Amino acid sequence: MEVSLYPGCSFDGVAREYRESVEAVAKILSVEFKELPDWTCCGASSAHVANDKLAVALAATNLETADRVGMDLVVPCAACFQRLKVAEKHLKQGKPVEGFSGKYEGKFHIKPIVDFFWENVGEKALKEKVKTPLKGLNPVCYYGCLTARPPKVTDAKNAEDPQEMDRLLKALGANVRNWSFKTDCCGGNLTLSRTDLQLKLTRKLLDMAEEAGADCIVTECPMCHMNLDSKQKEISQEAGKLYNTPVFYFSELMGLAFEDRSVEKWLGRHTVDPRPLLKQRGLI
Amino acid sequence: MTVKELPQAITPNASFRKKVEEMSEEKVSACYQCEKCTNGCPLAFAMDIAPHKVIRSVHLGLKDTVLNSDTIWVCASCETCTTRCPNGIDIAHIMDTLRQIAQREGVKASQRNVPIFHDVFLSSMRRFGRVHEASMAVTYSLKSGGIKGLLGQAGMGLGMFKKGKVKILPSRFRANKRVRDIFRATERKG
Repeated sequence: MEVSLYPGCSFDGVAREYRESVEAVAKILSVEFKELPDWTCCGASSAHVANDKLAVALAATNLETADRVGMDLVVPCAACFQRLKVAEKHLKQGKPVEGFSGKYEGKFHIKPIVDFFWENVGEKALKEKVKTPLKGLNPVCYYGCLTARPPKVTDAKNAEDPQEMDRLLKALGANVRNWSFKTDCCGGNLTLSRTDLQLKLTRKLLDMAEEAGADCIVTECPMCHMNLDSKQKEISQEAGKLYNTPVFYFSELMGLAFEDRSVEKWLGRHTVDPRPLLKQRGLI
Repeated sequence: MTVKELPQAITPNASFRKKVEEMSEEKVSACYQCEKCTNGCPLAFAMDIAPHKVIRSVHLGLKDTVLNSDTIWVCASCETCTTRCPNGIDIAHIMDTLRQIAQREGVKASQRNVPIFHDVFLSSMRRFGRVHEASMAVTYSLKSGGIKGLLGQAGMGLGMFKKGKVKILPSRFRANKRVRDIFRATERKG
């Protein structure tokens, strides 16, 4: 199966283990992700603050490229996904997009990467590759804000309670916990500019995961991962109690269940080391 | 942060509402103040004017109150309000519109570092065609907090570097001119 991939700016940087694990599991599942040629930044969380037209045009130019390639476009970053969908809606409604004069027919779908694995690769193909079921692991799925919201843009089936990642992890054998904070904000937009507020929002997610009986959090968004994984030391200092919850990319857990040999290399890039938990559960 | 009380006696002025509605293409006047946006907002606790009151203030033409508020800069664009508004108002987009008006009219942002972050982020995008995280974070730290700010972030940066998560050099590719052209084509017309 071949599809286009829009990696986004974090995929080579802070989310390096995300890229490595996505590439590894794609190989196992015979999925070929073709990186969108000469892709450019989608405008992310800043262009829409400065100028609506700039924000739409920056994303639209990538849709033109995807149209030319002619394959569905898979996106591993929640913010990139949403910005590309905003541009898609503009173009499909025939609204003029200043700064963009390209051709667009829209003969492809834009999909968050978890939805792609769950819906296009499918449960059967995933289950066939499972060598070590993730028995004993109790994750909560954290989707973040922008793969879901707002549904009139994202076309999410269930924006308040998405299910795709939950089902995918259950197919891998995990004991997925239910919780009400799947799409609550981690404060990603304020990480650098109002760190105090971001820490409050992220701490709430860590607390609620614990209350739901989870031993780890799983995400599909590079910014959510960074906030949840790399800020626990600061949160511990502020709270006066130890926070030490492993945070995985869903693709890392796929690799773990498929027994990919690079799993420990990916996990070594985390701030909270998930290996003690996995050893305790007999998974590595 | 202190919660701002809106003035009691005011003469409504529709011109600001009309401007916001025209720029955002959102029907602000459809709001009937159910407060669903505020009740679901994860950052309402840190705002001086609750989201539903921002909308009401736009109705009433309280331009200065809104443009000088913490709220428009504290909003993280999580879009919970937009998703839940029973009248289909894209409130997160209204926040964008208000930030854009504030910036264009030179209103000093109550949250100094938020626009600095967005400026630095956009400069990186404009220069390289993609955001280069490492240089963006260094520039932001310097601009927001000087040498002290840079040193404050150094520990985190070093940690990331040791884990192999810092991309040293920006990507080199042909399309970055395309990005600069888009910036140029859209900046004056706004």
